[in-house]
Amino acid sequence: MNRPHRLGLAPLAMLAAGSLLLAACGNSGSSSSGALQASAPGVTAKTITIGSHQPLTGIAAPGYDEIAPASNAYFQYVNAHGGVYGRKIVYKYLNDQYNSSITTTDVRQLILQDHVFAIFDGLGTPTHLAVAPFINSEKVPDLFVASGCACWNAASSLPETFGWQINYIREGKILGAYIASHFKGEKIAYFYQNDEFGQDGIKGLGYEIPASQVVAKEPYNVAASNPAGEVGTLTAALKASKAQVVVAFAVPAFMALLRLSELSLGYSPTLVSSDVGSDPITLAGLLNSFAKKSGAFGSGLIQGIITDSYLPSLGSSNDSWIKLFTKIHSQYLPKLPLDGNVLYGMSVAYTFVQAMLKAGRNPTRQDLVNAVNGGLPQGVSVAPYAYSATDHDGITGAYMAEVKNGVLVPLGPTQITDNTATGPVSTDSSTQPPAPANGIP
Amino acid sequence: MTLLRHAGIAIIAGVVLLVLSSKLDSYRQYQLAEVAATIVAVAGLTILIGVSGQISIGHGAFMFVGGYATALIVMHLKWNLALVILASAVVAGVAGAIMGVAAARLRGPYLAGATLMLAVALPAVAYQWQGVFGGDQGLDFTVTSPGFLGVNFQLTEWQAWVCCICALIVLVLLANVLRSRVGRNWRALRDNETAAALAGLNVGLLRVRAFIVSAACAGVAGSLLAMTMLNVTPGAFTLALSIQLLTAVVLGGLGSLAGAVWGGIILVLVPPFLSNFASSHGLASASASLPIAGYGLVLIIVMLAFPSGVQGGVRRLLGPVAPAATAPVSALGRHWHGLRKRVGGQDVGAELTTTKGVDKEGFG
Repeated sequence: MNRPHRLGLAPLAMLAAGSLLLAACGNSGSSSSGALQASAPGVTAKTITIGSHQPLTGIAAPGYDEIAPASNAYFQYVNAHGGVYGRKIVYKYLNDQYNSSITTTDVRQLILQDHVFAIFDGLGTPTHLAVAPFINSEKVPDLFVASGCACWNAASSLPETFGWQINYIREGKILGAYIASHFKGEKIAYFYQNDEFGQDGIKGLGYEIPASQVVAKEPYNVAASNPAGEVGTLTAALKASKAQVVVAFAVPAFMALLRLSELSLGYSPTLVSSDVGSDPITLAGLLNSFAKKSGAFGSGLIQGIITDSYLPSLGSSNDSWIKLFTKIHSQYLPKLPLDGNVLYGMSVAYTFVQAMLKAGRNPTRQDLVNAVNGGLPQGVSVAPYAYSATDHDGITGAYMAEVKNGVLVPLGPTQITDNTATGPVSTDSSTQPPAPANGIP
Repeated sequence: MTLLRHAGIAIIAGVVLLVLSSKLDSYRQYQLAEVAATIVAVAGLTILIGVSGQISIGHGAFMFVGGYATALIVMHLKWNLALVILASAVVAGVAGAIMGVAAARLRGPYLAGATLMLAVALPAVAYQWQGVFGGDQGLDFTVTSPGFLGVNFQLTEWQAWVCCICALIVLVLLANVLRSRVGRNWRALRDNETAAALAGLNVGLLRVRAFIVSAACAGVAGSLLAMTMLNVTPGAFTLALSIQLLTAVVLGGLGSLAGAVWGGIILVLVPPFLSNFASSHGLASASASLPIAGYGLVLIIVMLAFPSGVQGGVRRLLGPVAPAATAPVSALGRHWHGLRKRVGGQDVGAELTTTKGVDKEGFG
């Protein structure tokens, strides 16, 4: 009775030992690559959910409403090609109408109810300023704010927040240095949005352009109840100042209004614009729709605008980045025009994927912040990033360009500079890497 | 007695809300605070429009006054929270008095125009004195929950408490004012101004008083909203807000405080619900316009189905339309009565119908 019993046990014991061994192998095998876990709010074994506030309607919507869909198109491309360590990115963006009281509610929903892993590319200076303290108090990564306010670079008070695009002080300096050397002695006037966006911009301009040349400073309010009337009045003041060069730090809709007011007043100064308001396709479309014209009317009015850009020009069709984004655009976003806003959305999404890959297989929120604090390699931007534990600024330089036949034509090499009054504007010595062959960082 | 009854209802509602708010997640608590604050504004406006018979398309401006008063007091004077809210109500009330003096001379479309102008013009103050009001950026400030609740107490729950308590206090006060002589005088004024004047009422004073009460409510609402969002910007008090308040009054039921509660709930909760509905059903492109369209649709449906607002509809569904003695009870009402009789085992239906006529104002 005992004997067969023992014999019966032996295979069982061997089986058990074998399966233990197998399990052990399995464990060691997967720990080297790290099993996918729900490592943080918004991160499951299969998805990473991130959120954003975007102006899908309202005064800032023309053009900017394409940015989040473009980011999403890039995420879909990444998801279709293996995702981020196998996880798919779910991008939830809410409409705040560029109204900071709505932003406040939107971001609370994203963080408190939807439990997003991070806020990504929240758009707008006044809107995001209203929520940045809250996002930081909840210790949620606040990556790549879609605004060049220098205020995002505050590693001690806003440790979770990072800028991305060149900040407006740097941009103002690069524009200012060009104006100071190319329009010596001419009368210069500023047209700008009356918040930190415009004020940072003219601060940068002021570092480079002699104050004696500046004859007028005309600010507009983005929440103006009658934008066309307000811009008309300001344009008349610009004309009265006899400025030969008008430098604008304005969103596209106000740029278009400025251009139309100039036209109706018969005033034609050289127009220099921040990158924010100079995307040719957006601007031409707005001019046509505001003036109820079609065809070449809008594109004719923007010919010759001088501006800057920190991303490759859509006109350089041989650029590997433009080729990549053109491919993704035609596959995932064929309904929207391939313009500067779409380029922006995809580029910032690329940078986010860079940061997520660096944050590791099972990232916590802190891992993501640490990843960016450790610096990101230059990718889609023409100049390197400033990211470090103490510096939360993004792209550090841009090239000057002119609008010709609907695309930006570079006027020179990439210029880099810092945020200080005395820091020089100098030619960038780094070379931009080409886009990876598979399109994923 | 009415005071006691209203206070009793408010205390019960308060206890329910207290229990409810502790069960909610922090985003729902935030929304609860938003709803409560909005109800205060809508209740104030329903008094002005539905009871005193004056119109205002500019109540967002009084909320602006209350909100900025709160932000400035919290930032610079650091007063106690209750005092801050009270002060905001007083400041907005003074603004209402000034507007009311002008309003007392204007009627109908002229009054609508004057108040409209206020809503358009007042936010410009924030741009004019950027140093004080912060321009487009507005003002950011913080409030903290009191120490005795512990450090881990959710700020959103505290905000929900403050807003709900204030809303209940305001509703009780308004309900009592409505049943007082002032309330009766307002209704007399609304129904026939000439008759009211002939009866010896000081028409101008009554109109100004209504504006003050209503503006003070809007000031409290602005103050509560500011404390919930922890910032004030001109963009929060647009003309669109003023018009939304007006629609909320009509939607809920003109002149009824319970209607104001409905209006506030719909105004705050319907747009995000529709926006989430759109984005979760793969209509990302529609999520921007659906809330606006949806709000309009709700307005149309309610107006078609219940011309007297949601509260009118509720009244029609829950009770007889008219006293049984003079008009036939509607089929639904009769059915309801039958149910009540069976459940209660005694005839409460008759009692309900007889008190109904009296109960129309106040919380009804």
